[in-house]
Amino acid sequence: MRHTISVLVENKFGVLARVAGLFSARGYNISSLAVSETMDPSISYMTIVVEAKDEKILEQIKKQLNKLIDVITVTDFTKREHVEKELVLIKINYSTRDKEKVGSVLSKYVAKIIQHKGDTAIIEAIGEQQQIKQLLENLNNLCGIKELLRTGKIAMAC
Amino acid sequence: MTGAQILIESLKRAGTEVMFGYPGGQVLPIFDSLYDADIKFILVRHEQGAAHAADGYARATGKVGVCLATSGPGATNLVTGIANAYMDSVPMVAITGQVKTHLIGNDAFQEADVTGITRPITKHNYLVKDIKDLSRIIFEAFYIASTGRPGSVLVDIPLDIQNQETDFVWPQEADIRSYKPTYFGHPGQIKKSAKLIAGSKKPLIYSGGGVITSGAHQVLRSLAEKIQSPVTTTLMGMGSFPDTHRLSLGMLGMHGTAYANHAIMQADLIIAVGARFDDRVTGRIDAFAPYAKVIHIDIDPATISKNIRVDVPIVGDAKNILGELLEQLKKTPDVTAWLKEIEALKKKYPLKYKDGQKIKPQYVIEQIYEATRGEAIITTEVGQNQMWACQWYKYTCPRTFISSGGLGTMGFGFPAAMGAKVGCPDKVVFDIAGDGSIQMNIQELATCVANKINVKVAILNNGCLGMVRQWQELFYKKRYSYTSITSPDFVKLAESYGACGIRVTKKEEVRPAIDKSLALDNTVLIDFRIEPQENVYPMVPAGEAINQMLDGLA
Repeated sequence: MRHTISVLVENKFGVLARVAGLFSARGYNISSLAVSETMDPSISYMTIVVEAKDEKILEQIKKQLNKLIDVITVTDFTKREHVEKELVLIKINYSTRDKEKVGSVLSKYVAKIIQHKGDTAIIEAIGEQQQIKQLLENLNNLCGIKELLRTGKIAMAC
Repeated sequence: MTGAQILIESLKRAGTEVMFGYPGGQVLPIFDSLYDADIKFILVRHEQGAAHAADGYARATGKVGVCLATSGPGATNLVTGIANAYMDSVPMVAITGQVKTHLIGNDAFQEADVTGITRPITKHNYLVKDIKDLSRIIFEAFYIASTGRPGSVLVDIPLDIQNQETDFVWPQEADIRSYKPTYFGHPGQIKKSAKLIAGSKKPLIYSGGGVITSGAHQVLRSLAEKIQSPVTTTLMGMGSFPDTHRLSLGMLGMHGTAYANHAIMQADLIIAVGARFDDRVTGRIDAFAPYAKVIHIDIDPATISKNIRVDVPIVGDAKNILGELLEQLKKTPDVTAWLKEIEALKKKYPLKYKDGQKIKPQYVIEQIYEATRGEAIITTEVGQNQMWACQWYKYTCPRTFISSGGLGTMGFGFPAAMGAKVGCPDKVVFDIAGDGSIQMNIQELATCVANKINVKVAILNNGCLGMVRQWQELFYKKRYSYTSITSPDFVKLAESYGACGIRVTKKEEVRPAIDKSLALDNTVLIDFRIEPQENVYPMVPAGEAINQMLDGLA
C-alpha cells in the first residue's frame, strides 16, 4: 500500500539523512520526497511517499521516525482526509499546428504552457496523482513527452 | 576559553569523573586541556577498548560512560563499541576529533565522516560547526544519552573549533522540543493491567535490562512476591531479580533454562518489563506463548508490538509504572496450582551438566561463584563462555552481570571488565572469556597493568570458537570450517605484560587457581584448559519454538 507520511523536523543539516536512513536501512525505496521550510524557519516539513510491502515494517519506521531526536511530529495521511498536490513540468514536442489540440487537453487540467521555443514547449501542471497520470498519458499520445520533472507530492489536512 | 577548555569544563559539569581514550592529531588541543584537568583519564591500547571500557563503566555504575578518540581511524575504531552500547541501551558519550572545518569533505588526512558512519548506531550525534554551540551540545549529549531509553551519543569536534575562543555558558536545563520521553504510565492502562493480573491463573514476569536501567528491581521484586509470580529474566535483565529467589526461573530463551521456556509457553499472562521480545528469547514467533495475554511495560514505544502482539502496552519508566501497579492491585491472583506446576518443571528439567574428571566450564563458573560468594561483577565475552556465565553464576544484584546482549560483540568482556573495575574499584571483577574472544582485545592487558586496574580473567580455553563449532556440530554435519584456533601461551603472555598468568589443566587445580587470582594484587589471566567437546545446553535450535529444546545429555 502507498503511504503518504508527513514529518515535521528541525531545520538542521543531517536530518534528511537520518530520516532517509530509516527507510534505506530496511530496504525501502522512497517514491517521492518534498522538503521545505515552514513559516517557522527553524522547522522543515517533509512529505514522503513510500510503497509499504509490509505494513508492520512501515509501522516500525514511523515509530523509529518519532524516536529521532530532530523529528517533531509524524503523520500518516493514508487513512486520513487530506488534500494532496504535485507540481510537474512537462517538456513536449510542440508546433503551432498542435495549439488547439494541446489547448483542449490542457483546459481539462490545472495546466498551462509556460515556455515555447522552436518545436518544444514546457507545460506546468498541478494536480493530484490520478489527474497528473491522465494528463501525462494524454500528452504523450498526442505529441510525445520529451522530459518530465515532478516535485513529489505534498499533503496537508485541516 | 578555548573550545578544548570548554569541552573539558562541560564534561566536568556533566559529571564526568573518568574517561577512556587515545590521543591523535585532531584531538591535541583536547589532550592539552586534559593534561592538568581533574578528570581521570585511562589511556587504552586500542580505541575499541576505550568504547567498551566506557560501556562497562556505565553498566557497572549507572553513570554515563565517556570515551575519546581522534578523527578517522580513531573514530572508526570506536564504532563497534558505540553500536554495542546503542543496542544494549547503555548511556555513553563518545567524543571524536575531526579535521578542520574547511577541510571536511576534502579527503583530508585522517578524515572520516563519523557522524555519517554512526548515524544508525547512535541515539543521536552531533558535528560541532560553531564553538558557541559546544557547551550546549555536550549538555544535550549527556541528557539524551542518559534519559528515556538510554544510548550512545557521539560528538564530533573539528580541530579549529577546539582552538577557537568564546565565553563559557552552561545551560540551565535541556530544552529539546522534539525529545520528551514519557516517564509516567497511562493510569487507565495500569488499572487494566491490575485487573488482568488479578484474573490470571498463570502469571509470569519477564524482566529485562530496562528494569536495571530504571532501578526498578526492588519494586519488581515486591510485585513478584505480592502476586506470587515466577520471574524469568533476559540476558540483559540478569541481576534484576535474584537468581537465588524461590520465584526465580533464571534466564529464558535459546540457552535459557528449560523450566523458564516451558513456563512461558504455559503462562496465561506475561508481564514484560523493560524487555523487547528479541528473537533469541521468543524462538519461533508464531508459536511463542500461545495462551498468554501480554502486558508490556517499556519506555520506548517503538519496542512495543514490534515482535509480538501486546494486549496492554504501557509506555513509561518501569519503576514508576510498577509502583503505580502495586498500588492499584487490590486483589491478587490464586496461583497455588501454577506454582506447583513450576516446581514440577524445575524438578523435571533442572539445569545440569555431566561432571567428570576433566575440567568442565560449568564447574569453573560454579567455583568462581563460590570463591567470590556471588558478590563479583561478572563480565563476559560472546559465545559459549557467555551462556555458561549466564547459567552457572547466580546473580542477585543489578549491575553485576555485564555482557554484550544485542550486538553480541566478541572482545567486549575484557575492556568492559576494565571499565567496571574503574567504576567500582572495591568490587572483584571477573571476565569470563573464551580463548577466541580474549584475543580480540588482549592488548588492554597493558592498560590494566599500567593503571593498576586489577581484573581477573577466566579463559575457558577449548582451542576452538566454541559456539560456532557447536552449531557446525549440530547443524552443519560436523564440518568444522575454520573454528579451530591456536592461542599464545597465555601465562607467558600475561607475564610479558606485567600481569599474572595461571594455567589450570587439572580439575583439582581449579579452585586454588581462582583463590590465588583473588589474592593477587594484579590483573590475572587464568587459562582453564576445559573439556573441548563441551556444548551449551539446553539449546533451542534457531527457528524452533522456545520449548523445543535440545538438552544434549540424552
